[in-house]
Amino acid sequence: MRFKLPPKGARKDYYKKVMMGSNDRRGVIMSVVVYTLLITIAFIYLYPVLYMFSRSLMGKNDLLDVAAKWIPSSVTLNNYASAIATMDYWNSLLKNLAIALTSTLCQVFVCSLVGYGFARYNFPGKMLWMVILILSFLLPAQTIAVPNFLLFNSMNIVDGTLKPFLITAILGQGFKSCLCILIFYNFHRQVPQSLIEAAEIDGAGHIKAYFQIAVPLSAAAIVVVTLFSFVWYWNEVDLVRTYLGSTNDRNVGLTTLMLELNKFEDSYNAVYATHAQSTTSTNRLNDAIKMAGTMLSIAPMLLMYFFLQKQFVESVDKAGITGE
Amino acid sequence: MATKKREKNPHDKRRITKRKLREWFYGYLFLSPWIIGVCIFFVYSMVTSLNYSVHKIVFDGGVQTQPLEFWYKNYVDVFTLETDLPTTLGSFTISLVLQLPIIISFSLIIAMLLNGSIRCRSMFRMIFFLPVIIATGPVMNMLTAQGVATVPMMSDGSLAALLGGLPSFLSEPITELFNSLILILWNSGIQILIFLSGLQKVSNTMYEAAKIDGANGWESFWKITLPILKPIILLNSVYTVVTLATGGTNEIIELIYSATYLTPWTKGYSYGMAFSWIYTAIIAVILVVVFLLLKEKSDKHVVYEKRLVKLH
Repeated sequence: MRFKLPPKGARKDYYKKVMMGSNDRRGVIMSVVVYTLLITIAFIYLYPVLYMFSRSLMGKNDLLDVAAKWIPSSVTLNNYASAIATMDYWNSLLKNLAIALTSTLCQVFVCSLVGYGFARYNFPGKMLWMVILILSFLLPAQTIAVPNFLLFNSMNIVDGTLKPFLITAILGQGFKSCLCILIFYNFHRQVPQSLIEAAEIDGAGHIKAYFQIAVPLSAAAIVVVTLFSFVWYWNEVDLVRTYLGSTNDRNVGLTTLMLELNKFEDSYNAVYATHAQSTTSTNRLNDAIKMAGTMLSIAPMLLMYFFLQKQFVESVDKAGITGE
Repeated sequence: MATKKREKNPHDKRRITKRKLREWFYGYLFLSPWIIGVCIFFVYSMVTSLNYSVHKIVFDGGVQTQPLEFWYKNYVDVFTLETDLPTTLGSFTISLVLQLPIIISFSLIIAMLLNGSIRCRSMFRMIFFLPVIIATGPVMNMLTAQGVATVPMMSDGSLAALLGGLPSFLSEPITELFNSLILILWNSGIQILIFLSGLQKVSNTMYEAAKIDGANGWESFWKITLPILKPIILLNSVYTVVTLATGGTNEIIELIYSATYLTPWTKGYSYGMAFSWIYTAIIAVILVVVFLLLKEKSDKHVVYEKRLVKLH
């Protein structure tokens, strides 16, 4: 295709069309606006992460130097070493993965079952259960936190193990389970009933129809819910603290990186206590170490997101999490 | 005679057939784990919480409840003891009123940009969903403590000078709004997702039909996109209100938390639960207001349907 200017008389119109756009094409002005907006917002979103990253590589001199706001004059990994020691990183990471992965798996499976049940079947009392489901989303967690806590204690399951996580997830009461159920409900409602009925005519039972037809069809919803659940389990602090009990010692029971990040300052002082007393300033906790700790605690999720983002974005398109 | 006829009709909806019974059974079978869980951890806890809130709790081996002077004493106490409550509630409501339109319109704009034809779409999408992954409690606390969560340009005096003429109860939330602009943008990840997946469902043919009829982009936004997205705007508003009201950074939640846990022997669990029930009622009122403001008016819907028919 060769570029050709229109005849002289029509040029003014042509330029106007290029700049302002027509019904079919976006004009140059509009494109500039759109991309400026996109890049600005993208920068706002990336800014904290970039800041965190560059700070975490800075030495003490750079932190005090106003000129070195963004680019460290010398890159150091000492901050990461200190942060790893403070959080007992590898140990905490493994424990955190154990919690997040097992709970997520249980949550996804049960929420898929329940969402399918709501979408596929009509039974007396369905409206009542639906109302309860939505209520459990709307009610602030604080309202039922104490009774739940007492309930856990009386069941003797709060002992720093996986038990409270698994029990709540299997019973569809994990973190934000109601949202997961609603996503599955909306998804399974859109699957044509005739598909499942056809399978039933061919002799598949209800259970078989679910596992062999509904589950493969809902792959997009499964991806979305799995990712969300994993993120929610990874990021939750208050509930995890309740589930793990008051002792909350990483040497005794399980822990998560977010819990470790929350008490970063205390742990740091405990790990480097002797140094802090003898040499007052060399081992003091500084921002760079804190940023390194923050970076380390979100690193696994960033990694996962980086590898799965394509599936994630595509599944969001397909899963239709909004319903009608 | 008529009743007899109905019994014989196999298509009668009131007839309980074997097939129907089987459907009920499987419905409850699929729901059974959740029903057990919701009864134990939600319904039971809710009833207990209500019960505790009208009693005094004593730890005597187990949990004992003792009657109060009058049953709603805890609720009255919340209003008399919580002197900060009116101001906190007021500032929360004002910031909600300011934040909600910003979050909704901002996430709608982003979703439309991401849905349109742009270069590097997947890269932009990846960046824009980043907050969904990492914008949470401890990480956000660390970042706010660093001062990263404010826009640098806002910290100089220009904004304060601009707002100088306004009364303080208005200018303070606005300054705060600008200070937490990044936080607000960071918190709209899910809303963008919801809008985006709503936009995916608007079929292109409708825009093409409008275009043939001479509508430009601006007109088709107001006449097609917005009416179709209206239920999703409502859904997003409800979601935003709920997350803002129950999120960990909310000041009232912090008040409840400190009343419940930090002063257990002066105020106590039952006081905290009464407090959180009052707060629940407040959130419910806010949600009802949002719902009434944004709900689809039935007559409008008919007009819109007619317009659609005309379009085709």
